[in-house]
Amino acid sequence: MQLVLTEEQELIAATARDFVAASSPVSRFRALRDAGDPLGYSPALLREMGELGWLGIAFDEKQGGAGLGLAELVLVVEALGRSLAPEPFVGGLALGGFALALGASPALQSAWLPGVLEGRKVVALAHQEPGSRHALTRIGTRAVASGSGFRLTGAKSQVLDGFGAEAVIVPARTAGGGDDRSGITLFLVGKDAPGLASERAIRVDSRNAAQLHLDGVVCGPESIVGKLGEGASLLEAVVDRATVVLSAEMLGGMAAVFEQTLSYLKTREQFGVPIGSFQALQHRAAQVYMEIELARSSVMAAARSVDAGETDAAKLVSLAKARCSGAYLLAANEAVQMFGGVGMTDEYDVGFYLKRARAAELTFGDAAYHRQRWARLGGY
Amino acid sequence: MADLETFRRETKSWLEANAPASLVGQIGNELEGTWGGRKATWPNPDAKRWLDVMAARGFTAPTWPKAYGGGGLEPAEAKVLAQLLRELRLPPPLIGFGLTMIGPTLLRFGSEEQKTLHLPRICRGEIRWCQGYSEPGAGSDLASLQTKALRDGDHFVLNGTKVWTSYADQADWIFALVRTNPTAKKQEGITFLLVDMDTPGVSVSPILLISGKSPFCETHFQDVRVPVANVVHQIDAGWTVAKALLGHERTMIADAFGGAGPRPDKKGGRSYLAELAASKLGEEQGRIADPIFRDEVAAFEMESRAFALTVQRTKDAARAGHQPGSESSMFKIYGTELNQRRYELLVRLLGPDALGWEGPGFDEADLEITREWLRSRGNTIEGGTSEVQLNILAKHVLGLPS
Ligand SMILES: Cc1cc2nc3c(=O)[nH]c(=O)nc-3n(C[C@H](O)[C@H](O)[C@H](O)COP(=O)(O)OP(=O)(O)OC[C@H]3O[C@@H](n4cnc5c(N)ncnc54)[C@H](O)[C@@H]3O)c2cc1C
Repeated sequence: MQLVLTEEQELIAATARDFVAASSPVSRFRALRDAGDPLGYSPALLREMGELGWLGIAFDEKQGGAGLGLAELVLVVEALGRSLAPEPFVGGLALGGFALALGASPALQSAWLPGVLEGRKVVALAHQEPGSRHALTRIGTRAVASGSGFRLTGAKSQVLDGFGAEAVIVPARTAGGGDDRSGITLFLVGKDAPGLASERAIRVDSRNAAQLHLDGVVCGPESIVGKLGEGASLLEAVVDRATVVLSAEMLGGMAAVFEQTLSYLKTREQFGVPIGSFQALQHRAAQVYMEIELARSSVMAAARSVDAGETDAAKLVSLAKARCSGAYLLAANEAVQMFGGVGMTDEYDVGFYLKRARAAELTFGDAAYHRQRWARLGGY
Repeated sequence: MADLETFRRETKSWLEANAPASLVGQIGNELEGTWGGRKATWPNPDAKRWLDVMAARGFTAPTWPKAYGGGGLEPAEAKVLAQLLRELRLPPPLIGFGLTMIGPTLLRFGSEEQKTLHLPRICRGEIRWCQGYSEPGAGSDLASLQTKALRDGDHFVLNGTKVWTSYADQADWIFALVRTNPTAKKQEGITFLLVDMDTPGVSVSPILLISGKSPFCETHFQDVRVPVANVVHQIDAGWTVAKALLGHERTMIADAFGGAGPRPDKKGGRSYLAELAASKLGEEQGRIADPIFRDEVAAFEMESRAFALTVQRTKDAARAGHQPGSESSMFKIYGTELNQRRYELLVRLLGPDALGWEGPGFDEADLEITREWLRSRGNTIEGGTSEVQLNILAKHVLGLPS
């Protein structure tokens, strides 16, 4: 594994950065938040990103993608994360898109994947339930056999990018209970399915999330993504990929908020000198810098390792998420502190980064969760 | 790429044919292993044989030019060689400040005569070097050093004291910073000088550390006559050389401490640390029984992996032609603090077994961990303290104002 960007990757990163700087400053995210926009992102910009080929980067050519990998996708997502772009890359593209690509039947793929990769449709995946915390297999939603299909009943919480989505992939229990790995099946449910109710969840980070209620939603066998009763490993593989994507978004956010902090340290004066000349702040800034460097290496390694299908890919995914969780919060907390009073105001952007850092930390498992997982994968 | 594969194949079979079997599984890093020198001792005669065959092939200094005893390898080939040594679980044939500090510095700043004289002897492990930077009054503020060098014809005459000189008692030559111009600005009156420790007037007295070992010394110079030809670079321009060498030193320290730790991990299985924790704390259903220590072991391993990946990223970038920056400061801080955390954790895992100092009743390996824990406290001091490295990062990498 080479932890250095190829020329092609450098180009992707630079293009994404330029595009995001020009069309998606933080003020765009702020305006969406202020307007209480129900989607919380811009469908038009999403389509534009689809036209640029960003959504298809990590998908096979025969599925309509560019045939590259996470190593490239993370570069685009990092650029988006820098300016808090709220487009549905984590919930929609990574969770929904990879679930379709890795598990769906050819018929489901051809019905849904082109729309997802072109940015015309969003397919979400409901990986969380009230009370499930970070445990992916703690699923209470039941799928009871009925005729040739199933009836789904249960609740899903904070379905990322799920509000207004064209469809949601719903993990449900066709057998078993509790945290059992077996007996989990993933169903694709269209947004207009009778018995499905969707409400916008208003989160601290202002991003799109939905609360879903399923009340006897009918799903035919053709709507199963993956294999009946064997959805756990598919779910984990998909969430691992989404975790890498989220980590990349976090990397962009921490780098940006840190740059904003550095420039504040160089310009804000107290006691007649720039506050960045105080050693107490210099050393803390240097600590943040180091944590970001380690987070960056971890994200690069995780993406490459998943792409290559290496045996310790899952460990590296946990490493990336754990490091990014710690580093983003550190960078954002330090930003608020070093900005002083203005850092606490809604008017300044640093608060947005702090909220995003917290939301990202508590999505797909926090650092403690991933340490546990690392230990388990390490055989202890 | 095809060439690299050929190189890997050929080197692997050469190593398998030439590496003494008794050394397989012996660990080593930049601070542990064969140091060489005139006073070298060879507890294992195979270590000497290993040094000689590797040196003959240029593999003690793989990337140095062949003309100076190196292997003339490309960086990518050197990486393959290092990987092979790890794979075959072989220790480095030779370590020391010659290879890691003064060698690279001479390659960049040395005269042709200096390179021809010193580099081959470093590669063959014939001469052991030590570092004469710090003085009682000049630590972090190194540029305020006072060891005097007065010109007398084609010689300098040295008077003064260096302190904390690691392994001065076992070294053959010392590279020293001396003051050749007492009136210039402090950085501009310093000269970088190579001194044969056998020169009359050089004396060393070992200093005992809290770990009970005495790896460093006070080094005294009393009317020591050193040829002007031993100046590296130019008179009064030693600060430039000194700083470049510090970069190498910090990378070396980071490499040594960011790595595997006291035992290599077994391939595929549990890490050394997890194994130790399980043996000391017991297991429940395949897990370390104490959930708090289990979490700490994982946290340490993850931090260590993230650091190793960052070191790798910098090396990969350098091979791809990117200019290295002041990363060595970051590696120095992080690598040394990581090593301290490793020993803090190890000692707490041992519990009361960590309280032995010597003698019966204690396990040899546990005693070593206790001594190393104490030794590790120096990691954030030697080679420039963590605080000084943070200053460097803040100013030179982050561009924060003075
Ligand atoms: C194990 C070991 C091996 C060594 N080997 C060698 C060797 O081989 N050759 C050699 O020449 N030297 C060697 N040294 C010396 C080492 O380089 C010095 O100890 C080090 O540079 C610190 O200098 P000092 O001990 O005088 O501490 P001081 O400089 O007096 O520092 C004391 C404290 O003040 C802090 N401080 C100082 N200046 C600042 C500042 N500007 N900002 C913030 N904090 C500051 C320091 O970080 C430290 O915490 C070794 C040291 C150790 C511990």
